[in-house]
Order: sequence, then C-alpha cells, then structure tokens
Amino acid sequence: MKFPKFVLEKRSQSPAWLRVALPFGAILLSFLFAAVIILFAKKNPLYAFYNIFYGALGTRLGLMETIVKATPLMLTGIAVTLAFTGKFWNIGAEGQLYAGALAATWIGIQNLSLPVPVYILLEILIGFAAGAIWGIIPGILKAKYKVDDVVTTLLMNTIMIYLVGAILEGPWRDPATSWPQSIMIARNAEFPKLLVRSRVHFGLILGIVVIFLVYILLKNTKLGFMIRTTGANKEAAYYLGINVTKTIILTAFISGGIAALAGVGEIAGLHYHLTENISPGYGYTGIIIAMLAGLSPIAVIFSSLFFGIIITGAEYMSRVTGITSFIANVVQGIILLVMLAMLLLQEYRIRRVE
Amino acid sequence: MKEIFSIGFLVGFFSATLRMATPLIIATLGETFSERSGILNLGIEGTMLFGSLSAFLVAYKTNSLWLGVIAAVISGILLSIIMAYMTVTLGVSQHVSGLGVTLFASGLSLFVYRQVIGSPSIPPTIQTFSTIPIIGLSKIPFIGQVLFNQYFLTYLAIILVPVCGFILFKTNFGLSLRSVGENPESADALGINVYKTRYIALIIAGGLMGLAGSFFTLAYFNMFLYGIVGGRGWVSIALVIFANWTPSRVLLGALLFGGVDAFQLRLQAIGFRIPYQFLLMMPYLLTIIVLVLVARRASYPASLLKPYRRE
Repeated sequence: MKFPKFVLEKRSQSPAWLRVALPFGAILLSFLFAAVIILFAKKNPLYAFYNIFYGALGTRLGLMETIVKATPLMLTGIAVTLAFTGKFWNIGAEGQLYAGALAATWIGIQNLSLPVPVYILLEILIGFAAGAIWGIIPGILKAKYKVDDVVTTLLMNTIMIYLVGAILEGPWRDPATSWPQSIMIARNAEFPKLLVRSRVHFGLILGIVVIFLVYILLKNTKLGFMIRTTGANKEAAYYLGINVTKTIILTAFISGGIAALAGVGEIAGLHYHLTENISPGYGYTGIIIAMLAGLSPIAVIFSSLFFGIIITGAEYMSRVTGITSFIANVVQGIILLVMLAMLLLQEYRIRRVE
Repeated sequence: MKEIFSIGFLVGFFSATLRMATPLIIATLGETFSERSGILNLGIEGTMLFGSLSAFLVAYKTNSLWLGVIAAVISGILLSIIMAYMTVTLGVSQHVSGLGVTLFASGLSLFVYRQVIGSPSIPPTIQTFSTIPIIGLSKIPFIGQVLFNQYFLTYLAIILVPVCGFILFKTNFGLSLRSVGENPESADALGINVYKTRYIALIIAGGLMGLAGSFFTLAYFNMFLYGIVGGRGWVSIALVIFANWTPSRVLLGALLFGGVDAFQLRLQAIGFRIPYQFLLMMPYLLTIIVLVLVARRASYPASLLKPYRRE
C-alpha cells in the first residue's frame, strides 16, 4: 500500500471562482472551529448559530441593527484595505476612529447656526483631517525613520483612548451626568436617518460612497498605481521612479482620514455625544474585514455586512442561549487566521504526485 | 514635591520599577527568541492576556498559585503552536498571523472568563504570591528593600536574562536558532532543520509570554481584568528593537520602561495635578520616541518576516 503524496505547486493565475469561493470556505471552516469551542462550554453550537443568524436577519429590528453595525465597519474596513494594498500596516484604525469622533464632537457642540448639509460636510472634513493627522504620524515615522508601523499604530491607539478619557473627564464632561461623556451635539449637526423606525443613518451612504471612491482611486488614478506598486514590490516601485516615501505617507494620510469617518458617523449619526466606548473594536474588525474581502474594495461592502450580522446576532444569541456574546470576538480571530491560511490556495494548488 | 526625594519614596519607586519591569522582561525575552529565529510574533499581546487568564482561573479553582503559573506557560505554548503552524509550516504573513493570534486569544480570554465566572457585581479575587525576602540580603538598608524583597517571578525574570543570553549565544542550539533567523538556506545546507528550530523558538517564546501574563493576575493584581495587559505586549515588541535582540539590553530597556510606569504611578499617588490619563500615556509615548531614535540603527535579523520554503 502506497500513500499518495501531495505537493504545493505555484499557480500562475488564480481562477475567479476560487477568489469568490475562498471567503465562504473560510467562514464555514471558522464556524466549525467555533462549534468546538461552544461544545467545550457545554452548549449546542447549531442552536447558537441559528440564533446568531435569526437575531441578525430574522426580524426587521435585527436587520436594521445589522446595517447600523456594518456602517462604521465599512469605513474602517476600506481604510485598512487601502493601507494594506500599499503595505502600510495600519493597525491604528481604532485610534483614528476616535480621532474622528473627537473632532466631530468638537465641531458638533459649538452650536453653529449652519444649515444641516453644511454642518455635516464640516463634520466630515474636520473629522477626516483629524484622523489623517493621527494616521500620518506613523506614516512619516515609517517612511522617513524606518519605525515599524504596526507598533506605532498600535501604541497610538492606546494613547488616543487615554486622550479621549482625559478630555471626557476634564473639559468636556457633561455636568448633567456622573458618567464621562460629552454634552449632545447640535440638532442641525446630526446625520439624517435613512429609514423610519430604525437607527440606520446617512453614514451608510457615506460608507458606500467612500468605498467606490477608493475603488476608483486604486484602479484608475496615478496615486492608486503608486500605492499598488509600492505594496506589491517596493524595489520595483523605486526603479519605476515612484516616490515610495511620499506614497507611504499619502497612504497613511488617506487611510487615517477614512477610518476617522467611522467615528464621525457614530457621533453624528448614532450616539450624538462622545463616550469612551463608542467603538467595541471596530478598528480591529476592519482588519479582518479587509482580509476577508481579499483587499478588494467592493467586497468590503459584503464583508462588513457579514460582520454586522456576527456582532448583532451574537448579542441576540447571548440573550437566548446564555453563551456570552464574546463568542463574536473569538469567531473574528478565527476567521482572520483561517482566511489567511486559505489565501494560500490562491497562490498554490495542491497536486498529487506519484 | 518634597515627597519625591524622601528615602521611603525612593525605595517604593525602585522596587515598583522592578515589579513593573517583571512581565516586560519575561515577555521581551520570549519575543527575542522568536525574532532571532526569523519570526515576528505579534501574538504576544493576546498570548500574555490568555496567560494571565489561565493563571487566574486555575489558581482560583485549585487554590494553587503554582498550578496557575504552569497553566499560563502551557496556554502560551498552545497559542505559539498556532502561530508556528501559520508562519513556519504555511509560511503566510507574520504580521497578519500574529494579529490573528492576538485577536483570537483576546476574544477567547473574554469568552472563557465570562463563561466560567459569569458577571457578578464583585469580581472574584485570589490570594496572590507574597514577596519573598532573601535571608540576610533583604536586611541591607535600601538595596535590600529594593532588590531582595521581591516576588518569585521577579527573581525568576532577572535570572532568565543571563540564562537566555547563554542559550542564545553560547550553545549549539542558540547558534542554530540565530542562523535560521539570519540565513535559513545556508543553515539548511549545514543540516539544521529550519522548521523544527523555528517551532522550538516559538514554543519557548510562547511559554515565556504566558508566564509573563501570569504575573499580572498572580502577583501584581489579585483578579482578572479585560485590560490587564493594556498594550504591554506592544511595548515588548518595541523593547526587542531597543535591545538590539540581546537579553542583557532587554533588562536595561524593561527597567527603563518599568521606571516610567512606576514614576507615573507615584505621581498619581501623590495627587500630581494633571489628568492621570496623561501619566498613563507616558510609557507609550516614550516607546515611540525611543523607537524613532533607535530604528535606523537597528540590525534586524536578516530573515525576519521571510517565510522559508524548502524547494
């Protein structure tokens, strides 16, 4: 009896069906792993999964919440997609989100007498600028001083959270409550709601528009070519005459700005005031969304909706089954690892040798 | 400001420096093993958190702190095997694998804690390790109080520095480990099993990271908190660069950062009049500043981040 032997063989090109099938395969396999963990907690995984999907999609309320959760995820997801395409390892979307939220709150509580569209545009511009500045620091440190971007973006997340805490417990504290939270932003600074009896707001349109803008930027512009080439091969980019330093800094700038828009949306569209926990890790989930989307901008829309389902559904499932909603965090980590492993199939095929 | 210069304050400050440095020393030594073999292990933050959780739960359930320590080491090793499978066997992105391990391990820590403990209004606590005064030496004025009245894990951390230095630079295994991190092709040609060596390096690293995590729940605090590691894993990643991948400088770097941490705690304690968040920020800001100063001169292991595939 001879055992068959398998080898990995480099592919020249991956078929299109495979690129579509991979994320679904990764999700299925991840649920299998999650099932094992749920079994360890002595609960029924199938009942848990059913309730995740029922809670997120089975009722109008659930469906609306799924879209509400997917809204900031689209923005952090596309911000990371852009950064990773240029091999700028932006793990700082979480901090940049809070930078945007800070800026939007600041302009929102000024009570300016502006028409709604102008006020919203102002929030978006100032929010983008705040995140872009917070994002460009690690970009400059990487491009000019060779400081590892992963470490700086992560450390800057921690610094930003402390900064928000200091401001909320100090100058911005709402005197009406004992919680560290700001006062409400002006009514004319609020994003309009898109659907009646729901919390779905204008941030959703903003997210989809930004995703299409990034798609066009990467595909059809000179800057997009510079980002893609720098990401694919830095040396080649250099010999093609691309200013790699400038490209990295611009990538960091735009990516930080986009991630900040997620924070603007959460303030102006959902909470109307700033607290220390407006984001349960949307910045980090953005990384997983970008990977699950295979760094394809349009796929980020679907990938964000999927994680909207997981986050919303896990809360519902938790109430029904008594399994904690932290299972959503576990599933997110597993999906990232499984997807990363399965992406190998895009590069290699498994072939049997005699 | 007078309090700062009293002897009592200084004893408190220096012994707190050693305490705050303990998990940093152990975890950074672990990361040094990993990176010397060519693998950047960003799973460190999650591995430390999961280590602190396992240590706490096992100590809480069995009433044995030592079983807690062992549990932390084992859980660190288990997570490092996932990391090794991704980055050594499959050879996929070390950045993303490490983040994946951190996200998975953090999620799992929260999940397991909530599933086992629930959410009582008063979180459960354990009786932590007490400090062990070393007979005779702890009586030396000042120095004795600072150096020889510490936790077991602190003594262990300091002993581990020369031990790790010896393993890395004076043994055949250390030579193999460094050579697969510098030039895996020629190491392979010399008959060194690159995959096996990297697996062992990651397992040592994972065990140390888990051990570092146990310090938080078994000595420093007496309970498990979600933010208990609070980015110290990322500080360790920076410390490895600062230390130029050498254990003796790991000690120096960890003491420096432990010192800043201890200093800001003292300032908080005496009611220094700036928001405490700005004090908490100090170690992280300092980390970034130090990285800017040393990054250009850092001599990374030549094959760090490069997967090895035998043809």
